[in-house]
Amino acid sequence: MQGIEVLFMGNNMLRLLSGLWVTIRISLISIGFSLILGTLLGAVMTSKNPVVKAVCRVYLEIVRIMPQLVWLFVVFFGVTKLTGLNLGGETSAVIVFTIWGAAEMGDLVRGAFLAIPRHQFESSLSLGLSKTQMYVFIIFPQAIRGLIPNVINLSTRMIKTTALVSLIGVTEVLKVGKQIIDANRFEYPNAAIWVYAAIFFMYFLICFPLSMASRALTKKQQGGE
Amino acid sequence: MKIFKKIAALFAASALALTFAGCDNSGNSGSGDNSGGNSGNATFRNVDQIKESGEVTIGVFSDKNPFGYVDNEGNYKGYDVYFAERIAKDLGVELKLVPVEAASRVEFLETSKVDIILANFTVTDERAQKVDFALPYMKVALGVVSPDSAIIKSAEELNGKTLIVVKGTTAETYFTENYPDVKLQKYDEYNEAYSALQDGRGDAFSTDNTEVLAWAKSNPGFTVGIESLGSTDAIAPAVTKGNETLLTWLNDEIKTLGGEQFFHKDYDETLAAVYGDDETYKENLVVEGGEM
Repeated sequence: MQGIEVLFMGNNMLRLLSGLWVTIRISLISIGFSLILGTLLGAVMTSKNPVVKAVCRVYLEIVRIMPQLVWLFVVFFGVTKLTGLNLGGETSAVIVFTIWGAAEMGDLVRGAFLAIPRHQFESSLSLGLSKTQMYVFIIFPQAIRGLIPNVINLSTRMIKTTALVSLIGVTEVLKVGKQIIDANRFEYPNAAIWVYAAIFFMYFLICFPLSMASRALTKKQQGGE
Repeated sequence: MKIFKKIAALFAASALALTFAGCDNSGNSGSGDNSGGNSGNATFRNVDQIKESGEVTIGVFSDKNPFGYVDNEGNYKGYDVYFAERIAKDLGVELKLVPVEAASRVEFLETSKVDIILANFTVTDERAQKVDFALPYMKVALGVVSPDSAIIKSAEELNGKTLIVVKGTTAETYFTENYPDVKLQKYDEYNEAYSALQDGRGDAFSTDNTEVLAWAKSNPGFTVGIESLGSTDAIAPAVTKGNETLLTWLNDEIKTLGGEQFFHKDYDETLAAVYGDDETYKENLVVEGGEM
């Protein structure tokens, strides 16, 4: 158990928790923006116009091919170099994770819509529903049910990837952990394992409820159909 | 699908507008007055602007004990931080410390996201083309630490073996240029590099000798087999390229501080606990008044 006391020395626990709050804040804001922009992008992606389709495809592929770390550097340093606009670390992080999240989200929404059988559209119209009614009562509920597990999966991925933001000067939970390990590396060289264990537990606390929710919703969906 | 598309277009347009509006605001608050110099498009702040704003931003390491680190109370400490606090005091402004990583120090200056970098920054020709270095306040050479079971005593012994380095450090450049047969295993952070060494993922780890000596002292089972490798390098504050007034101010400051043996005091306060009070070691490390 040597080294575990480091977690409770000074303000360390409080600092880890405030680091965790930074992680949660960046993830939640980005996930929120991604949901809104991604849904819209998904709607655009279902378009049959070849130009629109190509533009969406290129955007999605560029976002997927470039590692998030490169995006962070491009937005945090590159934008300032090119335009003189001085974006803060957290703002840059939210922008990058939104660019990424919206692209992935858009693809998920597109998939969910295309997965709805043609006859659902046709039968609702032949029942005399207006187009708006068709979307609100028939199409959206089905699409959303199929989407939820994927969206939660994407969200947990985004939460975990926020660990990269320490490279642009944002001190999130993992960086706080590294600072604590380093500050005590002479007196408590074995503290690392305990600090990482605490961080693991914190990530687990955020991501596990999401995974559970995803499973519950998937089950409900299967039962419902 | 038409209604849906129209709504989508409307939302997309308003979202874009909002995004740009948001950017404008943060841009204005960040970049200060327009009378400063230009490097690319990023504006740096001269001494007067820093004094006017009442705050100097200095980039330091936040996980490189004992040079720049955050203690258990959450306060920045270390040799670099001690100097940073003095700079702020003598400028008569508040100090804002920004945590930086080795690999992004140059970019932080190039984009003027900090006024000064005080993060164990070794002066090299390559870096001097991108940033302006002030007079040195410390000096180092490279050191190589390896496990007691297989101590590496010369750089030639490393040929064909795996050497752990941290990205963006002098060690990485030195071994790439002079020992191409050494396999380099690169990490983003010191922390990860030490873990790698302890786990046996590499045969040895190289970085500044100060760093490895301090680490080996508190980690039994590891020895610094090579205490001094390559040329002795200067460690100096750096400012954005072209920021003449701040550079001159820093140089004057370092010369003045030499009169009161400031960096010896800095050593006693921050480094002595790790390296000991050994006078020869202190003289090997501390640079006073900018004279190597």
